[in-house]
Amino acid sequence: MTSYLLRRLVYALVILLAVNLLTFMLFFVVNTPDDMARMQLGSKRVTPEAIERWKQEKGYDKPRWHNPEAPGIEQFTRTIFFEKSVRLFLFEFGNDIDGRSIRGEILDRAGPSLALAVPVFLVGLALNVTFALAMALFRASVLDLWGVVVCIALMSISSLFYIISGQYLVSKAFALVPISGFSGGWDALRFLALPILVGVAAGIGSGTRFYRTLFLEEMGRDYVRTARAKGLPESAVMFRHVLRNALIPILTGVVAVIPTLFMGSLIAESFFGVPGLGSYTIDAIQSQDFSVVRSMVYLGSVLYIVGLVLTDISYTLVDPRVRFE
Amino acid sequence: MLIPSILRWFATCLSGHRVPAGLCLALLGLLVGGCDSVWNDPYPAAERGANILYSSFVDRPKTLDPARAYAEDEWAFIQQIYVPPLQYHYLKRPYELVPHGAAQMPQVRYFDERGKPLPDDAAQKDIAWSEYEIHVRPGMRFQPHPAFAVDAGGRSRYLTLDAGAVGRYRTLADFEATGTREVTAEDYVYQIRRLAHPRLTSPIFGHIAHYIEGLDALGKRLATDYAKAVADYQATHGKADPGYPWIDLRDYPLAGVTVVDRYTYRIRVRGVYPQFVYWLAMPFFAPMAVEAEQFYAQRGMNNGRNLTLDWYPVGSGPYMLTVNNPNARMVLERNPNFAGETYPAEGAPGDEARGLLADAGKPIPFIERVVFSREKESIPLWNKFLQGYYDRSGIASDTFDQAVSVGFEGQASLTDEMKAKGIALQTSVATSTFYLAFNFLDPVVGGESDAARHLRQALSIAVDWEEYIAIFANGRGIAGMGPLPPGIFGFVEGEAGVNRTVYDWVDGKPRRKSLDEARHLLAQAGFPNGRDAKSGAPLVLYLDTVSRGPESKSVLDWYRRQFAKLDIQLEVRLTDWNRFQEKIRQGRTQLFFLGWNADYPDPENFMFLLYGPQARAQGGGENAANYRNATYDAMFQRMQAMPNGPERQAIITDMVHLLQADAPWIWGFHPKDYSLVHDWVFNLKPSKMGQNGLKYLRIDAERREAQRSQWNQPVRWPLVVLLLALVFSAGLARRAWRRRDLRLGRAGT
Repeated sequence: MTSYLLRRLVYALVILLAVNLLTFMLFFVVNTPDDMARMQLGSKRVTPEAIERWKQEKGYDKPRWHNPEAPGIEQFTRTIFFEKSVRLFLFEFGNDIDGRSIRGEILDRAGPSLALAVPVFLVGLALNVTFALAMALFRASVLDLWGVVVCIALMSISSLFYIISGQYLVSKAFALVPISGFSGGWDALRFLALPILVGVAAGIGSGTRFYRTLFLEEMGRDYVRTARAKGLPESAVMFRHVLRNALIPILTGVVAVIPTLFMGSLIAESFFGVPGLGSYTIDAIQSQDFSVVRSMVYLGSVLYIVGLVLTDISYTLVDPRVRFE
Repeated sequence: MLIPSILRWFATCLSGHRVPAGLCLALLGLLVGGCDSVWNDPYPAAERGANILYSSFVDRPKTLDPARAYAEDEWAFIQQIYVPPLQYHYLKRPYELVPHGAAQMPQVRYFDERGKPLPDDAAQKDIAWSEYEIHVRPGMRFQPHPAFAVDAGGRSRYLTLDAGAVGRYRTLADFEATGTREVTAEDYVYQIRRLAHPRLTSPIFGHIAHYIEGLDALGKRLATDYAKAVADYQATHGKADPGYPWIDLRDYPLAGVTVVDRYTYRIRVRGVYPQFVYWLAMPFFAPMAVEAEQFYAQRGMNNGRNLTLDWYPVGSGPYMLTVNNPNARMVLERNPNFAGETYPAEGAPGDEARGLLADAGKPIPFIERVVFSREKESIPLWNKFLQGYYDRSGIASDTFDQAVSVGFEGQASLTDEMKAKGIALQTSVATSTFYLAFNFLDPVVGGESDAARHLRQALSIAVDWEEYIAIFANGRGIAGMGPLPPGIFGFVEGEAGVNRTVYDWVDGKPRRKSLDEARHLLAQAGFPNGRDAKSGAPLVLYLDTVSRGPESKSVLDWYRRQFAKLDIQLEVRLTDWNRFQEKIRQGRTQLFFLGWNADYPDPENFMFLLYGPQARAQGGGENAANYRNATYDAMFQRMQAMPNGPERQAIITDMVHLLQADAPWIWGFHPKDYSLVHDWVFNLKPSKMGQNGLKYLRIDAERREAQRSQWNQPVRWPLVVLLLALVFSAGLARRAWRRRDLRLGRAGT
């Protein structure tokens, strides 16, 4: 396992370098340092001197890749790419374009994002698996038929509709919870109840259908027939055999997602006023803040790689046949 | 007894055991009964009934440093915190400057090139320098802040901390002591020097350095010295250190700005620049304590803590920022050291009848705390306003019909739903203009030739802005007759002000000229029926725009239809903001849509948008259309330096007539701002110039509390239904499961 993890670490470094390079290229294809300066200084009364001063102050006055005027190795180190990227590997994100600490922003925003994403994930997973099991158990019955119809209907509705109708019904018409906002401590529950409910409801259609398919596939296998032939009660067949064997495909989707929960949800956080990480990257792209874009893309890549490694590890836990090689 | 019986039955189904009916009743009682208070209040219970104003913001401010902040959403905060020498009278219209940090309006003296004083009525050509003498109001004090804290010996407590000591403090609240001191003329002068600091990159430096004597030279000197200081700092602490070296600007004299005594300073400005007083009403000229700069410049302050002047202002205004979480909530609290200002005793006609003078002479501010919550989406913001959780709100397009009904004559009034809630509508025409510009460098639509002018005039008639305002702005705007919006000196209402190129005056109101007249002009331009008279090729014009997405499609289709009225094809060239700006800078556009918000309420601030030397493609100025007309430029130079009066009005009228004939812009529209306010908010008068109006507002917190309670009583039955549905479903599922097992004969194994 250790050699496997080391190998994955080496792969990860190569991938992260490539991601960094690609982010840099894509960002600066669309934006130039002059554009960034103009965006920050506003559109009124901006002089070329002010743009030059801004670039100098923020470190964007150097060549992007190669500095032919610098001596030796500094031809590559005294460049925007090197100065803005290399410290990422030490998780030193620096300050954003407005001078706020990116690390501080991420730490401040991660809590609210997780407070919303984790319950949605866990409750959603539990309900999806439960409903899928029930539908699989009563397959080809009226319950299954209507269950599938409802799932398809739920899948067909935009998540925005869930949010707006949820806010209208629960917060406005019934006045049960605040429409939007956030607070620390236990008071956060008042603000999170609705987004969690909406998040779970929005994902229940697709999740249930997906897991139902997995369970039905497992239920058609020989070992299930054998278990039933032995006279095992249906609960034992479902929970002890079907659910356990369906875990590998479930884990494939689930474990990889866990680390990325950290990155938050763009629409839900925006509508419910949750000060999370969901919109941090989008805001940064709109304000042409390269420091934040590279940091968030880098962090997202790291988390995704971690998720994939965790998925591999989890396979060995649920299926003894899987070995690290 | 029905509900407990049902609950007990479900419980039995679930567990196979009897459940006490009391437990079920308690659960039901909690849902059906409960306490009387509202459940959807987004604010802490401790704030109920408190003297707090609740507001919102959409975009987080980029900076709150008064030398750098230039955006409306930044000034919404810092105008409450900093006290520039002047401010706009809260009630009077047209806008009028009055003293704020200054004890009286600045006195101006004129000098010739040799420094010899000139009389007040000296000819403009003789005046080389204008000197503004400003007397600071004695007794103003900075807000409580650790930067001013001193120990028993009178030495500063927190201005010489080492990095280790700084590391002990995470927020400003962690500092054990605070202090204050009186604001002096030196603080005002220090801030003017800050405008030249290369680290701050003040957006107005390039403009204002052209006027203030010595500011440009100071900028150059500071650039050199600061670069050296940065090199030394990095040599000591390494390049990765997020800190920066502090330069004490008191060591950098500024020739044109001098301290006369503790409460007096002078600013020397090149030539005659009457608009300079408007700059004195902006935060760029507010006082800055040197201690504040020194405090935040200490190494480690901005290392992950955001302890900088950008985020924690140090002012002397009515409010101070106590919570700064730009992602969620910003809180202004009353500055205990603020005193000496009272509510205005006079206003515009009608203000007294509207109750706006009821608090005349009372000390301000009235409100103890202002809570700004971040609302990125308009729907939650609107619903929270209707619930009483925001005290005022704008009106988004998608909620306009719910709030406002527009009569046949175009008059706006509130809907019955709004009236029932006691909501009031406030409208005002913004000091802004939006226009469709022709690039004067373009060979087809630009230039001074008769053909090009006729083409521009024809298009000015064809593009029906009244229709645009009705369709896309819900009627919130007035069609422009020239660059000046109402409320700005020089704007002429009625028949005298109508644009004769585009409108006729019929039945007491302007009527857009017919399309036949536009076609006639088009033929004169050499494009009869939209085709080149020589080649027969159809006339194709190009509109550069950044508008994308489904919402913009209808607007762009509307543009195409307007041009199609004259059989002209309009090609829309979609681009991103950066490329759009670049094309305008390089003069590579033909038509484009832009807008302008006034910096100050002077006609110069609009007329300069068409002043030749300001041409964007040649000089990088604000004349994006690159319009050049020697007569206009000469008149502009005269008008710019004149005081408001009949002579200035006459020149402005001539200039506007010239522009109407030349048609460098299709005069678009001046938007109207609609805002809604609850009946527990008093003294609100919309102002597009002075954004420091929070100190004048008063609220009736008790009434607000009563209304909130009335509007937000929780409806509990859905919870009961949901609970019953869950229990019912679980019961059914269990029963079905048992039956299935029984049917398969595997139960009880």
